[in-house]
Amino acid sequence: MIKVLNPGFYTTIQDKGRVGFATFGVPISGVMDSFSADFANIILNNSLEDAFLEITFGGCSLQFLEKTIICISGADFSPTLNQTKINLNTKIEVQKNDVLTFGKRNFGAYAYLAVKGGFQTEIKLKSRSFYQNITKNYLLKKGDLLPILSIHEELSTSNASIKFPNYHFDSKEIFCYKGPEFELLNEYQKKILFKNSFTISKDINRIGFKLEELMENELPQILTSAVFPGTVQLTPSGKLIVLMRDCQVTGGYPRILQLSEKSINQFAQKTTNDTFRFSLLES
Amino acid sequence: MHKLQYKSFGEKAILIEWQPTISIEILDDILQFKSKILFKKAASIADIIIGYHSLTIVYKTFISNHVEEVKILQSIYILEVTIEKNPHFLWEIPVCYEDEFGLDLEEISKKTKLSKSQIIQIHSEAIYTVFFIGFLPGFLYLGGLNSRLFIDRKSNPRLQIEKGSVAIGGKQTGIYPSNSPGGWNIIGKTPITFFDVENVKPCFASLKDRIHFVSVSKEEFFEIQEKVNNKTYQLQQKVIHD
Repeated sequence: MIKVLNPGFYTTIQDKGRVGFATFGVPISGVMDSFSADFANIILNNSLEDAFLEITFGGCSLQFLEKTIICISGADFSPTLNQTKINLNTKIEVQKNDVLTFGKRNFGAYAYLAVKGGFQTEIKLKSRSFYQNITKNYLLKKGDLLPILSIHEELSTSNASIKFPNYHFDSKEIFCYKGPEFELLNEYQKKILFKNSFTISKDINRIGFKLEELMENELPQILTSAVFPGTVQLTPSGKLIVLMRDCQVTGGYPRILQLSEKSINQFAQKTTNDTFRFSLLES
Repeated sequence: MHKLQYKSFGEKAILIEWQPTISIEILDDILQFKSKILFKKAASIADIIIGYHSLTIVYKTFISNHVEEVKILQSIYILEVTIEKNPHFLWEIPVCYEDEFGLDLEEISKKTKLSKSQIIQIHSEAIYTVFFIGFLPGFLYLGGLNSRLFIDRKSNPRLQIEKGSVAIGGKQTGIYPSNSPGGWNIIGKTPITFFDVENVKPCFASLKDRIHFVSVSKEEFFEIQEKVNNKTYQLQQKVIHD
């Protein structure tokens, strides 16, 4: 078990999400940045399906009630174990009663804490990903006990860390494909979309990121149709919304772009006031 | 046969569109195509999302050749296979339209120049068709609202609408399956649960099922609510063949 001493700003259990339940209106959910999360699971030799903690902007503090091996990937929130700084992207053995704390944010928005064998919280509709009205909890609370597997193996002495690619956090280029309603845009709108830089507003969460800049818009609304993570919608007010992992399965605003899977992961790690450019891929 | 448009939608999905109208005939064609696709390709498909005039196939892996895949889908569309038709159900959904629950009845009455009892009568005499489920887990998109009840969404959405609220938004009517923000006009409330993750089938209604709202008193509402909570309430359903 792991005890939650301080849940932090927004900490959830996530895995690859709920695939196959769109017909009941169930969002996919799942990890915001699956590239970083996979990295942590790979380092621990876990299955890529194993669940981990997704920590937003740090502030989280946990106590291990048993021995295990952990790996932290993704954003850097200055993690410490018993007040001693620890490295990201490295296997770390933790002992009973050790305290892991996330502090100051250096870069990124989402950090991933993987434990050997994965978190063992409840499975609902084939996934452990937290989501309101589907899982009992949708946010960690102080005092929560999170089940993990007991391990008997010893950590080998070779504590090599694998190099995490810097571009994952640094890249200002967000790659995307034309969305189903892209061709409804006029030439001027298309030009602006790829020439200008865009800024992430303060209106961001697991459902979607609104952008700061307004785009002149006279597009008609569409009959409700499919959307998914990475869909860029243009609202009647001219605001662009990039849908993220908890987004609903259908929507009625024109879908002008679709982010590549790789870019969704990089975009997830950006935050308020970060700027980027859309870059078009041929499909 | 409809003339369909196939659009690539990112790395893993293909969107198929019918002409943009809301009709049961199109819904039938969409559902038939969906069955054929699943019959031929189930193993490679992660999800299929249906909209009023669209079907989106989400594949498990990246689509390597979009043009080739569209050709395959086109050939599946014209296949003449006999698909076993699942029966559909007509569900009777008890709704209490009394003022305590029908928060916007007064306002709708003013805007539509219909009396409250006329609104209730018009809303509860229609038979609605489930076109698809979206927005929230268990939120049914229903077709068949009488045009006399068409009314714009509220200019200021409510931050919290209670689970079970029955509402009208534009040309649609629906039930909020969980507490959520929302901008539709609330006319009543049902004690029925539309999404229960503990059930093998979390949502009892399927696409193309029918919904009939039945007006109940406040006393009946609370009686039914208690039975729903104890899991002893039996929804009234009829099999329909069409």
